[in-house]
Amino acid sequence: MDLLFILFFPLVVALVALINKNYSKESALIGSAITFFYTAALIAKFHPDSSTQFLVNYPWMYAFGINFKAGVDGINILLILLTNALIPLIILASYRHKYGNPSAFYALVLFMQTGLLIVFTALDGFLFYVGWEAALIPVYFICALWGGENRIRVNLKFFVYTIFGSLIMLIAIVYLYLQTPTHTFDIAAFYNLTLSGTEQSWIFLAFFLAFAIKMPIFPFHTWQPDTYTEAPTAGTMLLSGIMLKMGTYGAIRWLIPVAPLGFVQWGKWALVLAIIGIVYASIIAFRQKDIKRLIAYSSIAHVGLIAAGIFSWNVESLQGALIQMLNHGINVFGLFFVADIIIRRLKTRNLDELGGIAKNAPKFAIGFLIVLLGTVALPITNGFIGEFLLLLGVYQYNIWAAAVAGLTIILGAVYMLRMYQKAMFGPSNELTLKFTDLDGTERSIFMVVGALIIIIGIYPQPLLHLSDAAVTNLVQTVNAKIQSVKF
Amino acid sequence: MNTLITITVLALVVLYLGLFKAKTLLLPVTIGGLLVALTNALLQWNQNNQPVFKGMMQYDNYAVAFSALAISSTILILLLSKNYFEKISEHVAEYYTIILFSLAGIVVMVSYHNLSMLFIGIEIMSVSLYILAGIKKNDFRSNEAALKYFLMGAFSTGFLLFGIALIYGSVFSFDLEVIKSYVSLNPTKISPLFYSGILLMLVGLLFKVGAAPFHFWTPDVYDGSPTIITAYMSTVVKTAGFAAFLRLFWFCFAPLQPFWMPVILIITIVTLFVGNITALYQQSFKRMLAYSSISHAGYMLFAIVALGGNSGYGIFIYALAYSAATIIAFATLMLLQNQTGSDSFDSFNGLAKRNPFLAFVLTISMLSLAGIPLTAGFIGKFVMFSNALSQYHIWLVVLAVVNAVIGIFYYLRVVVAMYFKPIDRSEVPVPAYFKIVLLVSLAVTIAVGVYPALVTNLI
Repeated sequence: MDLLFILFFPLVVALVALINKNYSKESALIGSAITFFYTAALIAKFHPDSSTQFLVNYPWMYAFGINFKAGVDGINILLILLTNALIPLIILASYRHKYGNPSAFYALVLFMQTGLLIVFTALDGFLFYVGWEAALIPVYFICALWGGENRIRVNLKFFVYTIFGSLIMLIAIVYLYLQTPTHTFDIAAFYNLTLSGTEQSWIFLAFFLAFAIKMPIFPFHTWQPDTYTEAPTAGTMLLSGIMLKMGTYGAIRWLIPVAPLGFVQWGKWALVLAIIGIVYASIIAFRQKDIKRLIAYSSIAHVGLIAAGIFSWNVESLQGALIQMLNHGINVFGLFFVADIIIRRLKTRNLDELGGIAKNAPKFAIGFLIVLLGTVALPITNGFIGEFLLLLGVYQYNIWAAAVAGLTIILGAVYMLRMYQKAMFGPSNELTLKFTDLDGTERSIFMVVGALIIIIGIYPQPLLHLSDAAVTNLVQTVNAKIQSVKF
Repeated sequence: MNTLITITVLALVVLYLGLFKAKTLLLPVTIGGLLVALTNALLQWNQNNQPVFKGMMQYDNYAVAFSALAISSTILILLLSKNYFEKISEHVAEYYTIILFSLAGIVVMVSYHNLSMLFIGIEIMSVSLYILAGIKKNDFRSNEAALKYFLMGAFSTGFLLFGIALIYGSVFSFDLEVIKSYVSLNPTKISPLFYSGILLMLVGLLFKVGAAPFHFWTPDVYDGSPTIITAYMSTVVKTAGFAAFLRLFWFCFAPLQPFWMPVILIITIVTLFVGNITALYQQSFKRMLAYSSISHAGYMLFAIVALGGNSGYGIFIYALAYSAATIIAFATLMLLQNQTGSDSFDSFNGLAKRNPFLAFVLTISMLSLAGIPLTAGFIGKFVMFSNALSQYHIWLVVLAVVNAVIGIFYYLRVVVAMYFKPIDRSEVPVPAYFKIVLLVSLAVTIAVGVYPALVTNLI
């Protein structure tokens, strides 16, 4: 019941925000804050072992073996935390924007929250797919209704890309369902299947396509920079902060455990693509003048590292991937918030037109710096522990892969510091002289984000502890399955 | 059986009402009568009815389900017709009567147990439709539609009849039971006449459901007919066509699947691509719906390609979803036609600002037609795809997925026009009758999409 409350309370809040037109943003904020505190209470009750807790299981489409089955375990708990923590922050960050028809806007954000939470908690293939699409529809409308000039064309591309990937995934899910002896969509039954190597290869490729488009991994990323640039800030934050984790989470929960032999066959190629993406996106990020595009490409690079960690498939790399998903969500939210502040004040995204902001807005400069340090993974910030574990895991898999993937730390520092330098230092020009420092709401958002970055950076152990047992168990189960077929 | 009698008697009563100039009574009496017919149909559910009239018809659960669907859709469409026929001509009662007669034909089509009844049912329905397509007597395109439909339809009926005759020539009976035992008793010694009969009947039936390459009449007829008749043809008539089609192939020809399946497989793929790709290039919403109805015929053919226990159910849920969404689309189109006189995509510009509710309902209907989860359209596609996958038609499903993606382009075009294009007109008045129809269809679309067990538990 606890979980059901968390899953569907956002929908209730969405309705309240829709009806309560004059106070839609207040109701959305208060409602999402309640969801967050409830989630925090849930996590406090969570036993850090490998079991599934707070399980809900109701028959949904009995004739097709479809159940509403969802639960919390070490794999998804951090993502539930991330979702429910970021949504109130995103709503707060949108406070200053004068969106037309705000009640619809906040209702869509909250509707998407339910979709995302379903994706992260689903233990039934059909439910997972429904959540996957239920998260896509609202973000399409958010980006297309409140986005920039090219929003219609760009969002159509985004929508068609993702729908195509997810429909291919649906074929794979239905295929698995038809192979289960009792005809069920239960994930446990999918795990227990013994399919031939060829079948698993195809299943792997079908799932991989959907997840690779969502993350996105090179060369499936072409929708991403345009969509991030054209989307309203809240849309970009939702997409980059939470939604892309659907892809990385899907790889851990569905892709590799369901088709371990497919993973043996194709996993190394997936790893290679992920690493190419890291280098490629970093180089492009270095050449960008548009702040939003720069952050978009940096996000491709960082997610590439997470993906590389997942496809290395060992305890360290998975632990790193899970905690880095949380960290990346926080950091990229912070970065887009910084970009939003600059764009809202100066009406430009071009780095060449900026400069010297630090002198006029010292508080903003400090906030930006903390977020930046988290992103470039400086020790004692949150990014460090994640990237360290990821690289350690990739290193165990292959030293050369780790060497190339490790470039992300250097390249990331280069393009991020270049951005900071161009925007904040140097002489002020006419535009940036008028830059006003942070107001109360903005300060409080930076305080929360900064505190998270530093606290997780200094003492990540409680978070790692939550997922430790579940990750170890998952890796062992999958490896045992691979071994049993190989010998 | 009572359903058929009720509808036929109702049609005559309405005709007499017209004679006595009781125009205000026409719609209430028709709707009331149809509700009685619907109740009669539903009472037959799970009665395990045996064939009646010397094996002419069998009102089994399959027939109950499809006639209930056809009657309910007709009720919704007739609710939209208030004040519609009056604008066209004086003879309003006749139109109601003709629609009711065609509905009677449909009830026969979904419950036949004898090939002669299949033929009679199809003819009762078709002849009524030839008239209905041309009720705008002074409109050139309406006349064209009627003539085209009549000529092509007569031709295809010829094929159907010829096929029936050849089958009779090898089996010496029209009875489905006899044909079934002929096929299943000695599947190796089937006369070539019988095979030719199957192919000819296939042509006739594919024409009726508007599958490629027998689809050329569809866009012109749908486009030229009055919008309310188009709504009727693309929902009720199409569903009935598929119900009749599936009943024959499921009941009689299933053992010969290796013979006819490759043909239908290819036709399905061609239908999907022809419908979707042509729909992409349309400027008129009505014509887009005509082509999209061809592509939906392709999806419904999945049930026949992957014939199995779930086929009837699959067609039912798909037809339910498709009818609900299409009725919304045509209802909106009728409202906008009233205002602008045009049926192009441009008339939808800025509808979200003018009529937020109407735009929301139409968006849900478009998402349902595109097969997005949490709408009924997704459940329909899901059932079809899983049927096909269960018989390992993986490439067919992959091609269907490509088509589903193409479909998104033109369905979203409407949404884009409604939400993102500038407003250039005033608010559209939505009469109460339309609101009822829109709300009922919306409720069906969302309820079946969110909790399909409402329908699935009936199996």
